[in-house]
Amino acid sequence: MSNLDVLATAESWSAQGRPIALATVVETWGSAPRPAGSYLVIDADGNFEGSVSGGCVEGAVVAEAADVIADGKPRMLEFGVADETAWRVGLSCGGRIKVYVEKVV
Amino acid sequence: MDRALLAELNAARAERRAAVLVTELGSGTQRLVHEAGIAADPLADPIRAAIRSGKSGTIETQGGPVFLNAHLPPPRLVAIGAVHITQALARMAPLAGYDVEIIDPRTAFATAERFPGVSLRAEWPQDVLDARPLDAYTALCAITHDPKIDDLPLIRALQAGCFYVGALGSRKTHGKRVERLRDAGLGEAEIARIEAPIGADIGASTPGEIAVAILASVVEAFRKRKMFAERRGETKAA
Repeated sequence: MSNLDVLATAESWSAQGRPIALATVVETWGSAPRPAGSYLVIDADGNFEGSVSGGCVEGAVVAEAADVIADGKPRMLEFGVADETAWRVGLSCGGRIKVYVEKVV
Repeated sequence: MDRALLAELNAARAERRAAVLVTELGSGTQRLVHEAGIAADPLADPIRAAIRSGKSGTIETQGGPVFLNAHLPPPRLVAIGAVHITQALARMAPLAGYDVEIIDPRTAFATAERFPGVSLRAEWPQDVLDARPLDAYTALCAITHDPKIDDLPLIRALQAGCFYVGALGSRKTHGKRVERLRDAGLGEAEIARIEAPIGADIGASTPGEIAVAILASVVEAFRKRKMFAERRGETKAA
């Protein structure tokens, strides 16, 4: 299967001995770009496959994933509407999402 | 997530078995519930609902929030006929997430040169489908418009409850086909499940456009969960 299959990618990266984290969209409100159950896999070098949004918050999830990989503790991340004045990471579509990030051990 | 659990989940997906990954969000504890094991699970009802709807989500339980990730078998598209339309379809469908298999006993059509990198079987549909039967998570597109080749897989697809069954051909061609399927013992409701003319009505004309139209219909049927009889209005909801 192609690398569009995130879970297959996760298994193959893990089999190569790469420490990885798996991020899953677990809740959405409003017009979230990716439905609950969508996956993003991240390795310790910041390589990733998949998506949890339309590309809006992946950077922030990848950054958090580094900590998850380092300490092994799962984290729950929440993203809402982009706040342009603060230049914060957010979803320009107006939705809100919750992303669960866990290490694959 | 445990690596063994990830492997078990991927194995279920590869074997085309539905499963739900249950994650207790407070503790991080996870388990994989296969379709056969749903009844024995304490969260049987919401897990069954997740498989039926194909929708994943977080539910509240006495033990805290639990995330149910529904993994339905990846949709598969079986095309009968290695024709010009199929050449376009075979390239588009994988991008939309569909595994594609093409069956055509006519060796002049079914050549690796015309279908690079595609699972292609230059055999009679009966032989291929006996070895690898159709299932509810498979779409069947019959596009040779040759009854000798198309009719048997159409019958098998209706019997297997394929989520999408489409057949190429004009209304006149389809009228004759309906008569043959009736003679073969199929009921009106079953025959009515065949989309003919095949594909969404977007005025498609070229092979590439017709492939888009077919893929649009297939995606619609998959997303509307036509693999479940009650979603097709055939039985009461489970």
